[in-house]
Amino acid sequence: MPVPPQLRCCDASGCRSAGGQALRSALEGARDAAGLTAEALMIKPVGCLRLCGSGPLVACDGPGPCQLFGGVAPEHAGDLIAASLASGGAALAAHRLDLEDPFFALQRPVVLEGCGQVNPESIDDAIAFGTYAQLHRVLQELSPEQVRDEVRRSGLRGRGGAGYPTGLKWDTVALQPPGPRYVVCNADEGDPGAFMDRSVLESDPHRLIEGMALAAYAVGAERGFVYVRAEYPLAIERLRLALQQARSRHLLGNHIDGTSFNLRLEVRVGAGAYVCGEETALLLSIQGQRGMPQPRPPFPAQSGLWGAPTLINNVETFTAVPAILREGGDWYAAIGTEHSKGTKVFALSGAVVNTGLVEVPMGTPLRTVVEVIGGGVPDGSPIKAVQTGGPSGGCIPAERLDTPVDYESLLELGSMMGSGGMVVMGESTSMPEVARHFMGFSVNESCGKCVPCRAGTVQLAQLLDRFVERRATPADMERLDALCRMVKVTSLCGLGQSAPNPVLSTLRWFRHEYEAACREPSGCVAAVGVER
Amino acid sequence: MSVVTLTVNGQDVAVPAGASLLEATRAAEANVPTLCHLEGLTPVSACRLCLVEVEGSGKLLPACSTAAAEGMVVHTHTPRLREYRRMTVELFFAEGNHICAVCVANTRCELQDMAVSVGMDHSRFPYQYPQRSVDASHPQFTLDHNRCILCTRCVRVCDEIEGAHVWDIGSRGGQCHIVAGLDEPWGQVQACTSCGKCVEVCPTGALFRNSDTTAEKQPDATLPALLRSARDQRRWHNQ
Ligand SMILES: Cc1cc2nc3c(=O)[nH]c(=O)nc-3n(C[C@H](O)[C@H](O)[C@H](O)COP(=O)(O)O)c2cc1C
Ligand code: SF4
Ligand code: SF4
Ligand code: SF4
Ligand code: FES
Ligand code: FES
Repeated sequence: MPVPPQLRCCDASGCRSAGGQALRSALEGARDAAGLTAEALMIKPVGCLRLCGSGPLVACDGPGPCQLFGGVAPEHAGDLIAASLASGGAALAAHRLDLEDPFFALQRPVVLEGCGQVNPESIDDAIAFGTYAQLHRVLQELSPEQVRDEVRRSGLRGRGGAGYPTGLKWDTVALQPPGPRYVVCNADEGDPGAFMDRSVLESDPHRLIEGMALAAYAVGAERGFVYVRAEYPLAIERLRLALQQARSRHLLGNHIDGTSFNLRLEVRVGAGAYVCGEETALLLSIQGQRGMPQPRPPFPAQSGLWGAPTLINNVETFTAVPAILREGGDWYAAIGTEHSKGTKVFALSGAVVNTGLVEVPMGTPLRTVVEVIGGGVPDGSPIKAVQTGGPSGGCIPAERLDTPVDYESLLELGSMMGSGGMVVMGESTSMPEVARHFMGFSVNESCGKCVPCRAGTVQLAQLLDRFVERRATPADMERLDALCRMVKVTSLCGLGQSAPNPVLSTLRWFRHEYEAACREPSGCVAAVGVER
Repeated sequence: MSVVTLTVNGQDVAVPAGASLLEATRAAEANVPTLCHLEGLTPVSACRLCLVEVEGSGKLLPACSTAAAEGMVVHTHTPRLREYRRMTVELFFAEGNHICAVCVANTRCELQDMAVSVGMDHSRFPYQYPQRSVDASHPQFTLDHNRCILCTRCVRVCDEIEGAHVWDIGSRGGQCHIVAGLDEPWGQVQACTSCGKCVEVCPTGALFRNSDTTAEKQPDATLPALLRSARDQRRWHNQ
């Protein structure tokens, strides 16, 4: 079936900030000027086309193979129209992006399947693309146990950071004593350098809703919430619209698809506190209380919202579910590594040629991600380190770039998968400065409940100041080490427990930089352990 | 009554099912230090002083909010725990403005006692000397933020026992502070019944009666447990 030519314009926040909306109006004007109707040439707003750093991006599905253009301005509108009609585009040669480039060729979209394909504001477009098909099928054909079985077989692990097995979590919620249950989507995404969840929400909100509905069916929940931070206005707007559309099509509400399955989903907007991404704090925040982490157990799966069993998963985790049910858990489990299955979305940024969204099979070597897909440092100089896991993670040195990206390998290197932020650092980066930057973040974002995190991070930041300002002493080195370990093991929640990670990892791989930052560089190593 | 048995520092103890690890350590007379915990109030596990080691668990667990379980092997005073407790107390001292000689709670302060019991003679962390205020707007009581360690005992006793919920916490991180009402001067908060429960349970010199001068505070931290059991059993001492 020949597809009518269309222009897919990225309308996610990255390209919007680069002038994507003006470009789209110019394209519509140019189409009218060329005497074409909207049917003859569709100009479709879509979600993120991945290479956000080269925005605004436009994809042309013309008679020939798909062409992608980046950094285009309204004055290119006429040429773009021409390119889509006659697969020309010679006039735009400088803006053409090579779809055979490893940045695109090595990606394996599962979660991002519909991202850049569907119009995020149209449920018809989503349905035409296949969204909600699994919800239909599952409600007619599968029992909740069968759905959970498929998810368990897929080996999917939570993409919010800790990597807890999703199937196990679903079982735990489902097997609680009878009574009400809730599903909650964690779309707080507070990690600096992360924009994966935002991209999914802005690009394919119906896919997330389908994933949540499948989860709710599997655990027996009839009510759920999506907790999004207020800094994501476009994501919130599109999600609200998508929920409204889904309700009007009876894909949410009572007797979904004529079955006895009911589900009410609502959006809750968080004021933008990093700690509200921690699950127990998030649940308190939904209930209108101050978002402070609580000791666990009880885990949310046992006692969450209003004391009821509550399933809480990340955006990417829920969004992977429809594909898992469509293709089968075994299909998903065949992608990735033994203990980290499937694909993972990364937000690649920093000193790298290709900045954007990358979805690759778990276990892809870090070098492939940052050098081949990312294209390395813009001026061609070597990479010094890659920061993964945001403030909970650490820096991986260049000599370890051959490590596969999976949960265990990153932990072994003293970093973390975290939610998927990946920041590439060039040779000029100072590691004590990086550590101080992240510590500053933890100081500001600590909820203040427990003393090691509240007061310990303040002391750590001041110690790091001494290194950055080159006035540290060997005793500071020892204090830094001891306090990092204390804050790590005595803090109540993941924020405090991981706040020292950027320091510990840079101390591990770049200790010489700390030593060189001491006032008496030579004395530094010898004197450790002497002074108190 | 069903019972669980466990080992604390090598000693076998039996506690009622549902008891906390803290109760178990007390049954074994292990003297686990606590600051935020108070009998009769919901545990919050904020001060981290009661952390203990449980064999088989990689993490340090707060005794105040962890349930005792059959067969647990608990250690309460390993060298590592002692070191962390001392560092914790040092962090408390360094973050506020604790000049004991001129404090109403001097000699009756749980933070001061804690410093003695963990062997802290000085803080290895530099004092922060934060700019903090004193709220003397209440006719009977005063709140001195300089001495507050954010244990939230006042918040909980006012909410859970008195039922007035005058207190809460405002801001984040090192800026955290106790707020009265909607962050108003305490004296203007209509919900305050002037019952004084918060003053009784405050472990430091942060909350005190206006009539108290240096070293005169006489707190009663047993109050929440007393009131709670009196209400549960409908038995009052004066009856
Ligand atoms: C300080 C802190 C912040 C967190 N922020 C997020 C977040 O923004 N998004 C998220 O999905 N998980 C976040 N998490 C992890 C959640 O607590 C939780 O583990 C996760 O949402 C569970 O979903 P998953 O099993 O699908 O990963 C955070 C954890 C901590 C300790
Ligand atoms: S570790 Fe930090 S964020 Fe977590 S509870 Fe303690 S103070 Fe709050
Ligand atoms: S509150 Fe306690 S530790 Fe602080 S100054 Fe008063 S007596 Fe000293
Ligand atoms: S005022 Fe007293 S009781 Fe209240 S939080 Fe501060 S130290 Fe604790
Ligand atoms: S925002 Fe347009 S390509 Fe990502
Ligand atoms: S008493 Fe348990 S943490 Fe404070």
